[in-house]
Amino acid sequence: MSTANMPSLASGTGAFDPRRLRREFPIFANNPDLVYLDSAASAQKPRAVIDRIAEYYRTDYANVHRGVYRLSAHSTELYEEAREKVRRFLNAAEAREIIFVRNTTEAINLVAQSWGPAFLKEGDEVLISELEHHSNIVPWQLLRDRLKIRLVVAPIDATGGLDLSAFEARLTPKTRLVAMTHIANASGARVPVETVVKLAHRYGARVLLDGSQAAPRLAVDVQALECDFYALTGHKVYGPTGIGVLYGRRDLLAAMPPWQGGGEMIASVTFEKTEYLEPPHRFEAGTPDISGAIGLGAALDFITALGRDHILEHEEALTGYGVDQLSRIPGLTLIGAGQHRLGILSFDLEGVHPHDVATVLDRHHVAVRAGNHCAQPLLDKMGYGATTRASLGVYSDERDIDALCAALEAAREMFR
Amino acid sequence: MMDLRELYQDIILDHGRHPRNFRALAEPTHTARGHNPLCGDRVTVYLALDADRIVDLSFEGRGCAISTAAASLMTEILKGKTVAEAEALFRHFHARVTGGEETELPEALAEGMERLEPLTGVKAYPARVKCATLSWHALEAALKGAPPQTTVKTE
Repeated sequence: MSTANMPSLASGTGAFDPRRLRREFPIFANNPDLVYLDSAASAQKPRAVIDRIAEYYRTDYANVHRGVYRLSAHSTELYEEAREKVRRFLNAAEAREIIFVRNTTEAINLVAQSWGPAFLKEGDEVLISELEHHSNIVPWQLLRDRLKIRLVVAPIDATGGLDLSAFEARLTPKTRLVAMTHIANASGARVPVETVVKLAHRYGARVLLDGSQAAPRLAVDVQALECDFYALTGHKVYGPTGIGVLYGRRDLLAAMPPWQGGGEMIASVTFEKTEYLEPPHRFEAGTPDISGAIGLGAALDFITALGRDHILEHEEALTGYGVDQLSRIPGLTLIGAGQHRLGILSFDLEGVHPHDVATVLDRHHVAVRAGNHCAQPLLDKMGYGATTRASLGVYSDERDIDALCAALEAAREMFR
Repeated sequence: MMDLRELYQDIILDHGRHPRNFRALAEPTHTARGHNPLCGDRVTVYLALDADRIVDLSFEGRGCAISTAAASLMTEILKGKTVAEAEALFRHFHARVTGGEETELPEALAEGMERLEPLTGVKAYPARVKCATLSWHALEAALKGAPPQTTVKTE
């Protein structure tokens, strides 16, 4: 299926037209006034994804990896085809390096709970950064308490981006893993992950990248990045909720023990001894989210058809427009003003609490996130208890930013 | 759809900008912290009791206009009231903003409830109900008293 039944979205100039693209997202037809600026929390779903999931349940559904009958074999093919689509999306070397999980959080927990105890010993160090959201902090804290390892935190610089020299200074021969975001969810800061990976490898550390916010916006090539693990979540790349991906280098996955036990992950079971399947199935215990994987495959087809270069171009241009327009609002401070940002505009409006901002914005049909964005340590460091965050998607355009700015003026007026 | 000004009435904007009793008590008999993990809002409520009467009540913290105004109004209304009256007013107010079953309100508290009336606008904004009740939950925790410094989270 994929691109064949999708209308041509690219305009003559090469970049696509977000307003036309919006017709591919039924949420906008059903909520005509909606100004959706919360794609960093979750992206809206294109018809291609919604229809593919419904079609799968209507015509192809059966459990995978067990039935002898035709329908189950076909369902298995579709599920494994989705894995191949993810492989292509990340340019992984092999499909067996792609593990389906529930979301980024579960991907990180898988590494922490499987790779962690197998490869870490007391006194070893895991290095994260101040840009991380709770999903890339808490799993390592749990591991720290369990294995008596050290959790080291690389700071941000004055602009709000990763302080690379401070990061390098925290790498030691004891650093076994660097776990870092690719784009910070609370501030939109882009991390120079190529450099991070090179530096980390120089010290013999493995690198896990959290691609929650990068996967929808950047072309990710795990072989070019040379990262060891890459995590992403389906619902932020225009796919369904409940499905995510952990990419892991083949030799690493092969050396990792199972983290959950059950069906789907075993070669043979007796009460005395169980033999496990090879990756990826070793890490997919129980019936997986089959329709989620297939829906994710459809979402990745959708993104690929749009062109990831075009998406990046669009998000960069609109991010720039957003920075310009928001900067004109008196009393508004962008979080991480000097950083290299993409797709996320987090800000403080002087004298107006983010929750009040968000309520006023909601009355103007502008959907944003207000709060600590599951990144409390970062906001504490930057001196904010909470911020208001507007984030972009492929369907966002300048009119959305203009509507945001108009609603912010209304908020200023009300709380003046 | 409700007009925004029904949520942000003048009295709320005023107390949000200029909260009353916004200070720590020098010698509180009870204190408690409230925390709304959703938005990071924090409030500390200080209470001075003489037997079962609230002789002084104050708060500190950071929060939105709703939570600041709610705390400010609470401190004004409850000064001089008994613990039982404070609890009765909270039960009634809580039911009003959450849509729960309304409880009887003693005549002596009618005026206090009247002053809280502007806050009941949050009922139309489910995500904001906790803003209006955070300081009250903290007060309740302070009154329950043990340990002397308690932290509550919004439900």
